[in-house]
Amino acid sequence: MAVTEEQVRRPRLEGAADPRPDDDHGGALRRAFGRNLTAYGFLCAALICFALFSWYPMVREVVLSFQENNFVDPGKWVGFDNFRTVIEDPAFRSAWLNTAAFSGLALVIGYAVPFVLAVVLNELRHAKAYLRFVVYLPVMLPPAVAVLLFKWFYDPGSGLFNQILDVFHLPPLSWLDSTSTALVSLVLVSTWMNLGTGTLIYLAALQSIPGDLYESAELDGAGLFRRVWHVTIPQTKLILLVMLLLQVVATMQVFIEPYLLTGGGPENATVTVAYLMYQYAFNFGDFGGGGALGLMLMLVLLVFSTIYLRVSREEEAQ
Amino acid sequence: MRTLVSPLALRTPRGRLIYWTILTVVVVGFTGAFVFPLYWMVTGALKSPDELAQIPPSFFPKSFDLGVYADAWEQLQLGVFLKNTALYAGGAWLFTLAVDVTAAYALSKLRPFFGKLILGAMLATLMIPPMVLLLPTYLVAKDLPIFHLDLLNTPWAIWLPAAANGFFVFLLKRFFDSIPRELLEAAEIDGASPLRILWSIVLPVSRPILGVVSILSVVTVWKDFVWPLLVLPETDKMSISVGIASLSAQMPQNVLIASLVIASLPTILVFFVFQRSIMAGLTAGSLKG
Repeated sequence: MAVTEEQVRRPRLEGAADPRPDDDHGGALRRAFGRNLTAYGFLCAALICFALFSWYPMVREVVLSFQENNFVDPGKWVGFDNFRTVIEDPAFRSAWLNTAAFSGLALVIGYAVPFVLAVVLNELRHAKAYLRFVVYLPVMLPPAVAVLLFKWFYDPGSGLFNQILDVFHLPPLSWLDSTSTALVSLVLVSTWMNLGTGTLIYLAALQSIPGDLYESAELDGAGLFRRVWHVTIPQTKLILLVMLLLQVVATMQVFIEPYLLTGGGPENATVTVAYLMYQYAFNFGDFGGGGALGLMLMLVLLVFSTIYLRVSREEEAQ
Repeated sequence: MRTLVSPLALRTPRGRLIYWTILTVVVVGFTGAFVFPLYWMVTGALKSPDELAQIPPSFFPKSFDLGVYADAWEQLQLGVFLKNTALYAGGAWLFTLAVDVTAAYALSKLRPFFGKLILGAMLATLMIPPMVLLLPTYLVAKDLPIFHLDLLNTPWAIWLPAAANGFFVFLLKRFFDSIPRELLEAAEIDGASPLRILWSIVLPVSRPILGVVSILSVVTVWKDFVWPLLVLPETDKMSISVGIASLSAQMPQNVLIASLVIASLPTILVFFVFQRSIMAGLTAGSLKG
């Protein structure tokens, strides 16, 4: 098997230049063996790193969620007890609802914006470099910095946002301190600091749309919005879908915003699944409960990842 | 190139008026949304606590006193945090290149048995969002299987997981695949070892992708928050993001803001210098994940 594979893949070099005159069965086998030995020599560092920090944790995650563990004695299998504990926690419902609401709001507020910005930017002939640079600036800030900066902006007294509202004679908001605005405030930070990525990706996609499509659409009498609807969107359909899925997966893992801005409050209004998982493990010392939450989140996100994989394969095929 | 709006429409007086209006709105809007917050941050750090609390706020700081920046640097031991972060990011960069380049080279050019399976298993890790594996990965770092080492509060806790990056292996392998076979076969005939071929033929022609991977890996580690929060709990070992966040509650507002400015300078500088590679990495990643 090894020999045939080798021969099929690498047609033998002919003639005197051939450095391997011993083309008998044993020689080929020896070479294949040597090649594999070298290859695995090159691979071993990566195999160790992936095994320790990617593959094994997947198994450990499942084991963790079905065990009771104090990390001194060997873990005890407890079936679905961890799941039961977590589900009976009143914060469980809030966490899932908030995570879903966060993702949903992030889609409503942040999904269309980068696309619209990209479409507009693609039409502009001036200040292109500046605009592209500026839109990506927030992405380059460390997220913790961006979030702490917004914490100051959200200050109900002298914070920037209430001052801006004041300029327009609007009543001040309590932003992070009120159950009705806290989650939206988190979505705003998150959108601000991630907007640039989507915009630049869409911009790259828009630049690959052939110009004659617009030309012929215009000759057929299609106005501006019909051209967007019938040319721009169909031409970028797959990347739009890919970004949708990526955004859902990214926003459902939201952690740093509630961790740094609200601590899950007020009244659990901003507890998210990832944050609750962190709390279980590091505040309550219950890694089993945390593991159970992680596993549930993993299963939900796997659905989106699977669709994503399908879509991006389809895109690659095109 | 022809885009949504035809060049003809832009030449009419009305078209021009609309174009310049939109351009102005976009430039002003972008500046307001993305630059102004940063301006507010940089000037906020120049204000005294009284001036910060003042309503309405002052647009320009009354004094130009860099003393707050000096205070932030000293009180928060920002020097230590920055040095730590540079150590973590630099080491992660070296490990990532050493580990992922050799792996991608082996998978692309040496094609061992089970190569496809290994690549598949590496790419499969991209399907699992990192957050859901946070706890088991933390437990691994705390008590490394087989070796039974505690990596917490050591740089290894950052370096080793950073090297296990399926996306980088994928990017590198795809690039290596595009290097013509003849180039390597010629060297092989001359008797060059695989390591030598990698070093003197593959790496020199792969500069663009190595640049992209390098910057991505450094920036990713530099910006990371959750992982260093868990594995480097000692104050002297903290990365800059975690350090500032954990000390933020106990310091005056203007000192905190100054430390935010200092913390964002390195990544912004990197962006100034390597803008091209960063944007190239962005599209390379998204179009084919």
